[in-house]
Amino acid sequence: MAAPHETPEPAIVIRDLDMAYGSFVIQRDLTFTIQRGDIFIIMGGSGCGKSTLLRHLIGLKEPARGEVIYSGGRSLWEADETGRQAILRGVGVLYQKGALWSSMTLAENIALPIEAYTDLPKDEVKQLCSLKLALVGLAGFEDYYPSEISGGMQKRAALARAMALDPEILFFDEPSAGLDPISSRLLDELILQLRDSLGATVVIVTHELASIFAIGTNSVFLDPDTKTMIAQGDPKKLLAESKDPKVRKFLTRGEDQSTSAKGAQLR
Amino acid sequence: MTAEVRFELPKAAVTLERIKPDGLMVRLAGNWRISGHPPGAAAVETQLRGMADVHRLGYDAAAVTDWDSGLLAFLVRTSTAATAAKIAVDFGGLPSGVQQLLKLAAAVPERAGARRGTTVQPILDQIGKATQALGRQSGEMVAFIGETVVGFGHLIRGKARFRMVDALILAQECGAQALGIVSLISVLVGLILAFVGSVQLKQFGAQIFVANLVGVGTAREMGALMTAIIMAGRTGAAFAAQLGTMEVNEEIDALKTFGFSPIDFLVMPRMMALIIMMPFLCVYSDLLGIFGGGIVGVTMLDISLVQYVNQTLGALTLTDFLIGIVKSAVFGILIALSGCLRGMQCGRSASAVGAAATSAVVTSIVLIVVADGLFSVLLDILGI
Repeated sequence: MAAPHETPEPAIVIRDLDMAYGSFVIQRDLTFTIQRGDIFIIMGGSGCGKSTLLRHLIGLKEPARGEVIYSGGRSLWEADETGRQAILRGVGVLYQKGALWSSMTLAENIALPIEAYTDLPKDEVKQLCSLKLALVGLAGFEDYYPSEISGGMQKRAALARAMALDPEILFFDEPSAGLDPISSRLLDELILQLRDSLGATVVIVTHELASIFAIGTNSVFLDPDTKTMIAQGDPKKLLAESKDPKVRKFLTRGEDQSTSAKGAQLR
Repeated sequence: MTAEVRFELPKAAVTLERIKPDGLMVRLAGNWRISGHPPGAAAVETQLRGMADVHRLGYDAAAVTDWDSGLLAFLVRTSTAATAAKIAVDFGGLPSGVQQLLKLAAAVPERAGARRGTTVQPILDQIGKATQALGRQSGEMVAFIGETVVGFGHLIRGKARFRMVDALILAQECGAQALGIVSLISVLVGLILAFVGSVQLKQFGAQIFVANLVGVGTAREMGALMTAIIMAGRTGAAFAAQLGTMEVNEEIDALKTFGFSPIDFLVMPRMMALIIMMPFLCVYSDLLGIFGGGIVGVTMLDISLVQYVNQTLGALTLTDFLIGIVKSAVFGILIALSGCLRGMQCGRSASAVGAAATSAVVTSIVLIVVADGLFSVLLDILGI
């Protein structure tokens, strides 16, 4: 089915990407495109390199081969350090553990990047921090330290920080890890609302099926055995149409009758 | 009065019974919990090996009253031994729970090559690997020193991005808050120096020279050295643990994606705090060390306070103090460097943070002592 927008400019193009730790290859020949406005899911079983792929996209790990090209044809890894920093200004990241700076209050966490990259006066920065915290439902928690609030609140505060510089692309590393089902769904809804209101592109690394089907508009599926991507597309369509047994098994939690052998094996 | 009721569970027992043509029935009875010390599988295994004409093995657990992993371990061992001897095993006579667990344990076959060898590596192999690791670590250290120098460049040109508040808090942590421990150690070291010196000097009736010994020894050497060793254990370890935990929590990654250099943001304030605070601590330690020596001199060696002070003032020059102060600043750099280096190299686990802290202390103390040795040689050559 054709996408609703006509020939949109892609947000990120990944071309022939190989990922490796030393000589140990994790994934190879990854080629896919993340369109603007997508909620793009990077999925696959544990240990297939999802989070490592994320680290390649946000400039923390250099690919063994291939390119990551951001909109405007800017290649992340061919740029020099300043160029890379310029590209990453348009990027916000929500880390798996939140990664709030533990020596600073929530407001200071959000204020740090704003103060570094804008020349707003102090009280405006403060207002902006309060606004970001209010957006994620944490109004009034400006002066709390990350260790003083719950895991779910830390995630949301980290989301507020990720949005500090109004990024065009938001990355999420396992957003629902460690959250109860309700908080996890609320976070999904928050992601959707923010995408719609800010017009941001969202890239999510996850293996949470409920989230994948609820908010994903496009996806890639990484396979640890063949060490490459074995499917891409709308996750709901993949569930309906994919012929690949591994993809089907993953998307149905291994309960798909047509692929698993009779007599439910424990494998 | 109710009579005392005691449950005595029947002890676990195993009996072997031959079944007509080629079978062997293992009859189990009693309490097969680990806490009941069930019989081991070794006896059954040896018996099995002795029976060449057995081709089928069955279990009968009808008389088992209670079981847990104790029974499972027995079953797994005996059945594995039986399978190895090409004996067909039938678990039919076991409780259904046991059967399910055994099926579960066998459901996923062992992955080829997954098992880690526990064999001892040959010594040459170990030496080679250790040498390679040493080379790699030295490389990392040189790279880190390089990055730190670049960071210093940023700092001097005012381009390093860090929070002044952080730097001030750090300065407080490794300055004012260290005063207590530095006081205690310095006074004691002064006392010890005076004691050891007085025993020797008494032989010549030259007790008064204890003041020279303590004064010069503390100002040139012990003040800076003791402060450095205290700070290595106190602050160097803290730096490594702080940065290591930040690495584990992805906080350093978060800094990088926001375009903050971890060197500028984390290492520079720590380095500055130590470089600035160490000379102050050193001077403080010098004074308290001399004070400690004075206690021994005045109370035990019959030297009057005025005499002791005059003797000390006569023995010391400003140069002696300056030598200690310069040394302490250098030691400060070494402590901050090794603490931050180990913290930044930290792996992503809790035990790695512990290892980083330990290694930070060891590295800084080694570097401090080596640097102190170099200072001594250098000062000797220069004749200062």
